[in-house]
Amino acid sequence: MKALELAQRLKARFGDSVSEPAEFRGEITLQAADPEQIPEICLFAKKELGFDYLVDITSVDNYGDDPRFVLIYHLYGYRHLQYLRLKTAVSEEKGEAPSVIGVWRTADWHEREIYDMMGIRFRGHPDLRRILMWDGYPYFPLRKDFPLAGRPSDLPEVAFSEPAPQAGGPFVTIAGGKDTISREPRVRIPETDALETNARLERRRDIKEAHGHAYGPGPIETKKPKDQR
Amino acid sequence: MPNVQDIQFKDAVARSAEAASTLPNRVPGTEGRDDVQGEKMILNMGPSHPSTHGVLRIVLELDGEIITKATPDIGYLHRGDEKIAENMTYTQFIPYTDRLDYLAPLANNVAYALAVEKLLGIDKQLPPRCQFIRVICCELARISAHLLGLGSFSMDVGALTVFLHTFTEREKIYNLCESLTGARFTTSYTRIGGLSRDLPPGWVEQCRKFLKEVVINIDETETLLTRNRIFVDRSQGVGVIPKDVAIDYGLTGPNLRGSGVEHDLRKTQPYLVYDQLQFDVPVGTAGDCYDRYLLRIEEMRQSVRILHQCLDKLPGGPVNVPDRKIVLPPKDRVLTRMEELIHHFINVTQGVNAPPGEIYSGHENPKGELGFYINSKGGGTPHRLKIRAPSFVNLSILPWLLPGHMISDIVAILGSFDFVMGECDR
Repeated sequence: MKALELAQRLKARFGDSVSEPAEFRGEITLQAADPEQIPEICLFAKKELGFDYLVDITSVDNYGDDPRFVLIYHLYGYRHLQYLRLKTAVSEEKGEAPSVIGVWRTADWHEREIYDMMGIRFRGHPDLRRILMWDGYPYFPLRKDFPLAGRPSDLPEVAFSEPAPQAGGPFVTIAGGKDTISREPRVRIPETDALETNARLERRRDIKEAHGHAYGPGPIETKKPKDQR
Repeated sequence: MPNVQDIQFKDAVARSAEAASTLPNRVPGTEGRDDVQGEKMILNMGPSHPSTHGVLRIVLELDGEIITKATPDIGYLHRGDEKIAENMTYTQFIPYTDRLDYLAPLANNVAYALAVEKLLGIDKQLPPRCQFIRVICCELARISAHLLGLGSFSMDVGALTVFLHTFTEREKIYNLCESLTGARFTTSYTRIGGLSRDLPPGWVEQCRKFLKEVVINIDETETLLTRNRIFVDRSQGVGVIPKDVAIDYGLTGPNLRGSGVEHDLRKTQPYLVYDQLQFDVPVGTAGDCYDRYLLRIEEMRQSVRILHQCLDKLPGGPVNVPDRKIVLPPKDRVLTRMEELIHHFINVTQGVNAPPGEIYSGHENPKGELGFYINSKGGGTPHRLKIRAPSFVNLSILPWLLPGHMISDIVAILGSFDFVMGECDR
């Protein structure tokens, strides 16, 4: 059975809420008037028309148009080997559509990606979090009003924003020293010896001034290391 | 017809709970007593774990050594390819497709070029020589990607030799790529409406020589693994995906066929000249890691078969469509003729003038169905370009698949999935 016949069966079932099938480059597109009907249409397409494989869900931002967003579902059937494209418009004010995760489980990550990139929420999705950007990222990058160069935002709470469990311990490299020697834990002198060490370093500096060279780390800061949690 | 809300499926949480309730390591007589069961442990695997093949991070909830919940965290390699595509011409985006599945850049180039050509309506008018060379590219890329996939899979489960063994053959493919495209890794070989250059002299003979050698290498790789007791124990019965679940999660490529679904876009939606070539599509039965391994071995043999036929049938003629509004004119004419100069100028500054419309074009890449959805409002840049990446979809089954397995099984499962994060995160 050809995709056009399948689309016409779907049209016959849903009547005026689905547009006439449109063809471009041999692909059939159906437009659903109301996004709320999408799960019902999808379920019909899966159960009755054999579209058992959801290839992809994607979204388009028609910035300046009303309704602004378009959701696009690509369906495929393993028995009849036909593609069908299903489209529906979502307005900016509403910014929400029902999830089709109950029809195909593969919709899970596709819907999360659309939420992440375009900011359309999916009602009924069990775990609607950002997927490619980090949690707490404030923008939706694929919207047309987001610039290509990006916008500054706070860094996420990454693992290294807090001191590591062994930080300051005897075998841990000290971050941010001015050279390899000052980062090397084995040449570090314990905190209690710091004053004495600094005195020694001063003596060494005197030697350097006298002889033109000296080796070893610079003076150690005597203040306490940052409190560990 | 049932209501959507009434459909029940066993989700990850239910599966985890079931996995936790059937754990074998419970002390007899302590059932129902939480105090002796101990706490669940959260283990962070990745993003820089060797078996995650890049930067996949999985947050595991463990009961002893058994996974009760797995939450993949992706996006560490997100570069915003789709946003970038909206801001450049169709031709300028070709190098970005190299960086999707960077183990098979040639196949990505072909898939992208075919998608844009479908939008332009010239995908059926490509010269035969171009189509054959593109098939050669796709199949070389498939062999290359599967060799690496097998090598890293076997390395992850402990067979280090295989990795080095398959890499010697990949090196030869890289040499072929270098003489074909000028680059070993980031090939950017196709152009909209053709190829960047024809085959260099003597390339066909080099390729034939390689094909003779690679079949020996594949056979040797099989002797190292197929009846290797350790490898079989690590992979057989591990990571079993039933047929219906594989379809439900939208798996494609060898991961889908391993579960027994006979579907290959080269057969069912033949593009290029695949309908003129003889090859078989191997299909698994058990849907476990071992089946997926066997499939990749057999797919490489079929690719060799396709390559032999292509090299035999390779026709002469041009490699680009004759339309100067799509393909750049030859340089000597640009420098001497007015009309060619104008075409060159328009093509470079404004890009190929695509009609308004939208297309989806899916292709059987080594990892699965790589699809491009292009939404055009006319002009030289896409209004929206969506990359349907097989690795992204294939990985979405992990929260369902991993619970109930041991930690060491993850390594085998990830290895057998053969994903690439460059493609997953885009």
